[in-house]
Formats: sequence, C-alpha cells, structure tokens
Amino acid sequence: MNAVDQTLAKDAEATAKSIISFRNISKRWGSTVGVDNVSLDIMPGEFFALLGPSGCGKTTLLRILAGLEVPTEGRILIDGQDMAEIPPNRRAVNMVFQSYAVFPHMTVADNVAYGLKIEGVPQPERDRRVQEALDLVQLGQLGARMPDQLSGGQRQRVALARALVKKPKVLLLDEPLSALDAKLREAMRFELSQLQQKVGITFIMVTHDQTEALAIACRVAVMNKGSIAQLGTPSDLYEFPASRFVADFIGSVNMFEGTLIDDKPDEALVACPELEPHRVYVPHAVLGKEASSVWVAIRPEKMTLHKDADTPPSVPECPAAHNVAKGEIKDISYLGDISIYHIVLANGRLIRISRPNRSRFDQDDFSEGETVWVSWDGSSPVVLQS
Amino acid sequence: MALRRAPLEYNRTWQMRAWLFGVFFFLYAPLVALIVFSFNDSKRNIVWRGFTLNYYHKLFNDQVLMIAFANSLTIAFFATIISLAIGALAAILLWRYRFTGKTAVEGAFTLPLVVPEICMGVSMLLFFTRVIPWPNYLMWPLSLGSIIIAHVSFCFPFVALVVGARLAGFNKEQEEAARDLGANDWQAFRDVLLPHMRPALIAGGLLAFTLSLDDFVITFFTSGPDTITFPVKVYSMLRFSVNPEVNAASTMLILLTIVLMIVMMVMQSRAQKGKG
Repeated sequence: MNAVDQTLAKDAEATAKSIISFRNISKRWGSTVGVDNVSLDIMPGEFFALLGPSGCGKTTLLRILAGLEVPTEGRILIDGQDMAEIPPNRRAVNMVFQSYAVFPHMTVADNVAYGLKIEGVPQPERDRRVQEALDLVQLGQLGARMPDQLSGGQRQRVALARALVKKPKVLLLDEPLSALDAKLREAMRFELSQLQQKVGITFIMVTHDQTEALAIACRVAVMNKGSIAQLGTPSDLYEFPASRFVADFIGSVNMFEGTLIDDKPDEALVACPELEPHRVYVPHAVLGKEASSVWVAIRPEKMTLHKDADTPPSVPECPAAHNVAKGEIKDISYLGDISIYHIVLANGRLIRISRPNRSRFDQDDFSEGETVWVSWDGSSPVVLQS
Repeated sequence: MALRRAPLEYNRTWQMRAWLFGVFFFLYAPLVALIVFSFNDSKRNIVWRGFTLNYYHKLFNDQVLMIAFANSLTIAFFATIISLAIGALAAILLWRYRFTGKTAVEGAFTLPLVVPEICMGVSMLLFFTRVIPWPNYLMWPLSLGSIIIAHVSFCFPFVALVVGARLAGFNKEQEEAARDLGANDWQAFRDVLLPHMRPALIAGGLLAFTLSLDDFVITFFTSGPDTITFPVKVYSMLRFSVNPEVNAASTMLILLTIVLMIVMMVMQSRAQKGKG
C-alpha cells in the first residue's frame, strides 16, 4: 500500500466512526477568507467546542454545518451522508442561535412544537414530545407563556427545547452562554453538560470564552484566522499548547522570547534576554534547530514566589541559578481563593504569578513593593517554536 | 403654593398650554364647524337656523352621490390590496437582496412620494389616453381600472416605506431558526416573517386606503367621462353652491375614516392581547 492509499484508508475509517466530517472546507467572500481548508471529524456522543477569537471562522463553520452558509470548497458529511445538495431544513442537525431566535408571536409550547408541526407529527404525539422537551429543560409549567414574559435564561431553554424536540443527530450551539450574566452562565454551563449526558447526542458549541470551552467540552478545536490552530482535550490545550497563539489564547501565560542554545535528547537550554543572566532549563529535548528563535511559555500558577535572598533559590533537578528571576512586587490582586502577583523584573518586564491562599493567612506572606525571587520547575515551561 | 415644575415638564407652563390650544383649535375648529353646519336647517349655510337631518336624507337619496361613494370604496379597496402586495414585496426586495442599481430602484420606488400630484395626474391622463388607452365600455368595476392603477402607483411607496422600517428591526436568525427546524422558504416566510410584518401591513394598508379614498387630483385626471368618485363629486357640488349637502357628504367621509381607524386599532390591540 502506498502513502496516498493509506491516508485514504485512514480517512475512510475516521468517517465511518464520525458523526460529522468536515473535508477541506473553505469559505471565501471575495478576497476575505472566512474558513481556510478545515478538516475535522467529530465523534458520536461528543461535546465538542469550536473556540477562537471573534472573526476566526468558528461561527461560519457551524453555519456551514447547519446549511445556512454554502462552503466555497470542500465537503460536509453528517453520519456518512454528503450534505452538498441538502438544504438546512432537511439536515439532521438543529441549532440554538446566539440570539436564541425564539419566535415572539408564538407561545413557548408553540415554539417548541413548530419543528414537529412542519414535520407533520400528529397532535397527540406532538403534545407529548413537546411536554417531554419542556420538562427536560425545566420549563414544564411555562408552556402557555409568551416569550416576552420569560427571562433571558428561560428563553434560552426554549431555544434548547425547540432544537432537542426534533431529536437531531447533532445539536449546534452558537455562543450559548454569552448573553447570560456571570452567575447564570456558570449554572448553565453545568446544566448543558448534564443535558448532553442525559440525551446522549453530539453537541457542538461555538464560543470565544476559553473557560467555557475548557469547562464543558470533551474536545476543543482552537481556531485562528480561519484554520484550526490546535485540536485536543482541554488539558492538552492548556498544558501542551502547540503554538504561541494557543498558549496565549487559553488561560494566561508568561511568554519569553529566546534562543535555543543547547538541545540534547534529555535536556535543553534557552537563553531569554528578558531573564538574563539566568537561563531556562527543560529536562527534555526541544527538537529544534540550535540557535533558532523559540518562545518559553510558563503558566502563572506554575511559578513560585520566594523571599529575597542573596543567592537564587534552588530548583530541584535543575542546574543552579537556572529557572529563576528576581523582581519587585508591583501589584497584588486578592481574589479570595487565589492572589495574583504582578512582578516587575529588573529589565522592566512584567510577569504574572498566581498563588493559592491555602491558609487564611497566606495573603500576608508577601506585600507590594517587596523584592522577591521567582522560580519554576523544569517541567513547567513549554518551549514553542511557532 | 403651586407645585414646582420639573425641568422637562414643559406642558405645565401656560405658554405651552396656549400653544397647544392654538394648534388644536386651528386643526379641529374647521372640522367641527363643517360637521355642525351639516345639521343646519338653511340653504345658505351661513347662519344657524335650527337642527335638521334633511341633508342626510337628501344625501342618501342622491343616486349619483351614492354611486360615487361606492366607486370610491371599491377603488380604495382594490388599490389597498394591490398596494399591500406590491409594497410589501418591494420592501422585502430592498431589505433582503443586494444588487447593482439598488439605490436607483429604491429612488424609483419613492419617486411618487415627491412628484407633485398635478404632474402625476397629467402624466396618468396622457398615459391612459395616448399610450395605453383604457377602454371606457368595460363593465364595472373594470371601468375603474385606470383609477385603481393610478392610485396604486402613489399608494404602494407608502406601504413599502412602513414595511421597510419594520423589516429593519427583524432578527434574521428567526428565519434561519425556522429553516433549521424544517421549514421551507415559503413556510419560513408565512410563519415567521409575515407575523413580524403584520403591524406594518395593517398600518400601511390603512394609510393606502385613506390616501386612495380622499384623492382628488390624480383621480380627476384619470377618471373617464362616465366614472365619478366621491371627492370628485363633492368638488362638482361645490361649483354650484356651498350647501349643507356638501357638509353632510364630507361628514360621512370623516365618519368613515374614523370608523376605519377604530376598527384597525381594535384589531391591533386584539392581536397584541392574543399574544398575552
């Protein structure tokens, strides 16, 4: 078997298992590129999230899947069936719109019944399924209400029930939580994932909020400028970002530009001008070209604060005076469970460190204006080459 | 002690009240006088000589006037229906689609709003005598065709304007949601867009109906020798003398307009209550 045949066979295998398959999807308006050659397989029963900044093409991708946009190139398969000629009203996917798009002139029950009515489901069965769907989203008592008598959260539940009542193969959610206030958003986040487990169908969610994606989704595709920057589980994306964009977009990060000065099979050294005279040591290979430009990314919670001393703190399994920096605490944000320390290094560079307040007196350990040492383990930094 | 006036409560200053009184006086005093004098028992219509319903009696027995009235209602009815269809479609066209020359089309639609009525009238007269001569021997109501067409041409831009304003506030995701739930284009239009347009259609229809009902200039030029409408008839009555019959006829027209307004308002408030 040659390489091409092998890829084809692999493709076929992925398609056989996946419920949604994007194949080289591109969408262009004139010279504007919305989606750029995206291929993606989504498995049945998955809670999948498309994450990215606004204008990255995530919503376009979702709308292409729903049939509301036509791709310039590429194919979409839903449950193995090519969707090229299938209009949105005959696709086995349903969408919860960002504005919820609840029909204002119909009652809650009529809203939910709409899809079934169009489908021609007879009256008794229709009523039963509508009630079932309303119960599922805990709106069982409000069927007779008009949408303008509902709160934002309730309207969203109507939109959810209206989509779920059709028993779609895949439920599409466009920024489902962005219009809710913070408290409700957190509650709905949990409820959405409960709901997904209960009904057992595939959910695909579009969001620009990384916490939301990390909290709910099994797998996340981070998108940037129309293509997928990285695809993986939430912890993959957070702990093993593949690029500066992903490291920066997911969570917060301290990023230092540097030069790879030593790259051995089991250790590597990076010299970062902003951290000089100290260097960054990692106990694994970077597999990059020596003397090439790299970026060191370290999460705020993976850095430790030390009281000022003449000698740098020693970091276990690290050469002396490596993975350390000296600076002054510029600002402390006390958030209750954690405190965020903003530290200015000698050369003016600002870094962020977060520190859990385990005991009720931990916030008093350091104070603003204090000179401190910062250190991190060899396993903490991620060395990025792009 | 008088209560102190809040900064924006202008309606509590006496100047504002005098101004309001003046506006309402000059708006409604002539109408009230017209209605009152329709009950005046005098041929001259200058001095009040006592109450009578004689002129209403005469009015309803006046064959020509009744025919004119029926003509006006028929014309207004058909002109409204056609204007609603064309106006709504024009509004949807301009709202939904992007095409070259859109601005020109938009301008062409609103042209009848700004062209002086007399020009419209003359051009319609020429059109229906020279370009497409409208046959005079057609049976009623086809004989009204030329007037109806003329009325549609100045009524539908108003419908398009009102409907267009309403469409601007439409959330397109609603229509997409209907499509997503299985509706085809027609069903999505019927179940989502049309209910949204409804208040605008009612308002636009009412506007078109009243515009058509009391139009004089364009009707005067486009009506054939044998057809006569209510405003044209009132005008011809005036040429002989301003007698209370004219007042009575005008009062009937005002009454009809008010009744129509009330019907529409009741319909609209019912529709709103039906929601709740």
